[in-house]
Parts: sequence; structure tokens; C-alpha cells
Amino acid sequence: MHELAITEEILRIAVEHAERAGATRIVDINLVIGELSSVVDDSVQFYFDFISPGTVAEGAELHFRRVPARLRCRACGHEFEPEGTDWRCPSCQTVGGDVIAGREFNMESIEVE
Amino acid sequence: MVKVKVVEQVTKANDQIASENQALLDANETLAVNLMASPGAGKTSLLMRTVEALRERLRIGAIEGDTASQVDADRVATTGIPVVQINTGGGCRLDANMVRPALKELPLEELDLLLIENVGNLVCPAGMALGQHVDVVIASVPEGDDKPYKYPGIFLGVDAVVVNKIDLLPYLDFDLPAFRELIAGMNPQARLFEVSCKTGEGFEAWVDWLAGQCSKES
Repeated sequence: MHELAITEEILRIAVEHAERAGATRIVDINLVIGELSSVVDDSVQFYFDFISPGTVAEGAELHFRRVPARLRCRACGHEFEPEGTDWRCPSCQTVGGDVIAGREFNMESIEVE
Repeated sequence: MVKVKVVEQVTKANDQIASENQALLDANETLAVNLMASPGAGKTSLLMRTVEALRERLRIGAIEGDTASQVDADRVATTGIPVVQINTGGGCRLDANMVRPALKELPLEELDLLLIENVGNLVCPAGMALGQHVDVVIASVPEGDDKPYKYPGIFLGVDAVVVNKIDLLPYLDFDLPAFRELIAGMNPQARLFEVSCKTGEGFEAWVDWLAGQCSKES
């Protein structure tokens, strides 16, 4: 439900960078979303198509690169991807670890004309 | 077609307002705590019991976040502390821009502790900064011990986890040792408190820790 506010922010950032680059049209917007950040891709594109008309981003396509959660075991240093309820290190069975990936929510780049 | 590098956090604008909120709180030496939980976990009950337990030691205020209604603010107002209700109009979480005007309505210079009750939700409030100094998630016994697996985003980022309704442990299948192990593994920095807002059990450790956070701040 918070996707509208997020989408408005995506539009604002994209337009700002496009204008700075002197572009007249944004064709693609490339986003990176970690598995642990709560964002629904389809809703974002839906809202985007609704709020972007009349801006340089009208018709732009959003691309989401999903980054899986990745942990580093605090006991043995092994890096692994937790799945479902399995947050145990496959190497030493310790539960959990430091999150080294999965919390990203960035705009990487835009493709403009 | 030209590729323009952006590399920007999508939440940057919110984070900017959040840091302004925090600067305002810091200038008034007020510690802000973001209370998060699913609906019905006991956020308002914990808040009210915390006020009762700490009101002799600290000057406390509250912000109540809900999608609609004034119900919680009215409940909290019965304790006599200053309270502001924010209605998000269906929005699933508070953000820094909603908290900003609420801070202006509170007598911050007279407050040591500001308890911010977020909208009941275990997904959306995670990672959305308000200007708070401390993040707390409440998990209640009837919800089950597997919540951290399902909502890792929120459990990974908090400073404390409060297990509420422990008076119900004898009647339900909540595996407390497994829950403790899971929190210790997912977020070893987080303090774990086991309380009952109904009986008051476990409250001393929780409020002492909270008061300690306040003195750390000032």
C-alpha cells in the first residue's frame, strides 16, 4: 500500500536526473530491490503508468533487479542465502548472521533520449 | 539512447526529513522510540503501561499512528500525557513527513521520551525512518513464534524485541526458547524483553532499559 509514495519518489528522482542530462524522454528506469525491502514490483509499475503521463518519464519501463537476502555467519564466516524458515548456516548450523545483501532499494540508472 | 548513472536511495527524501526531525528532537533532548507491531500485539497497552511505570522518572509524550480514528489517542490521553494522533488515511505506515507536523504540536522542550506508535503492520514500517533514535518491535504470544521468519525486514533492524502477552504462554504453543534463539541469531544486538501488559510481569527490565536509553541520549 505504500507503493504509491515510493513510485512518486522514483518518478521525482528519474525526472531530476533526466533533466540534468538534458534528456527529452526517459525510456527505462533500472531499480535494485533487495528481497528484505518490502516493495511489490507490479504495483510500482501500475502506479508509475498512472502518475508519469505529462512528464519526460511518460511511457518509461521500470526494470527491477531483485537481490536475494544474503547472510554471513557470525560463527564461521560462511556466506549463505536464507530460505523460508531456514536461517541456519549450512556449514555450522548457527542461526542467523550479518545481513550483507537484501536490504537495497536504489535507482541504479536511467536510459534516456 | 544514453545511460545515465543515478545510484540514489529511493527513500532519500524521507531520510532527509527524518534527519531534520531527529535534529529537532536532539535540540530538545527528547529520545524518540518507534514502536512497531502487527495489529493487536499490544502497542497501545505497552505504551500506556510504560507511561505508568516511568512517569515519575521521565516526562513522556506520545504520537499515535493509525489508518483512521482517534481511538488510541483518546485512550492514551487518559494517562494525562501530551498525545497527538496521526491518521494516515489508509496508509500502511508512518513516514517522516507525517511525523514532522506532529512534533510541532508537542511540547518537546518539556519531554524526555517520545513514544511513537506506528501503524499496526509488520512489513511496511521497516526501514522507513521517522527521526527516531530507537526501534522496537512487539511480538505477542498468540501470533506464534515464527513471525521473525516471515517478517525478517522488521526483526533485523530493531534495537529491542518485546514479547508481549507472556501470561498466555501456558495456553498456547509459543516456543519461547526457539524464539529466543532465532532473535539472537538474526539480530544479536537486539535486547529481548518478555512481558505481560496485563499482569505487569517483566516490565521492570523493559522500562529500566528504556530509561537507560534516555540517559544515554542526554
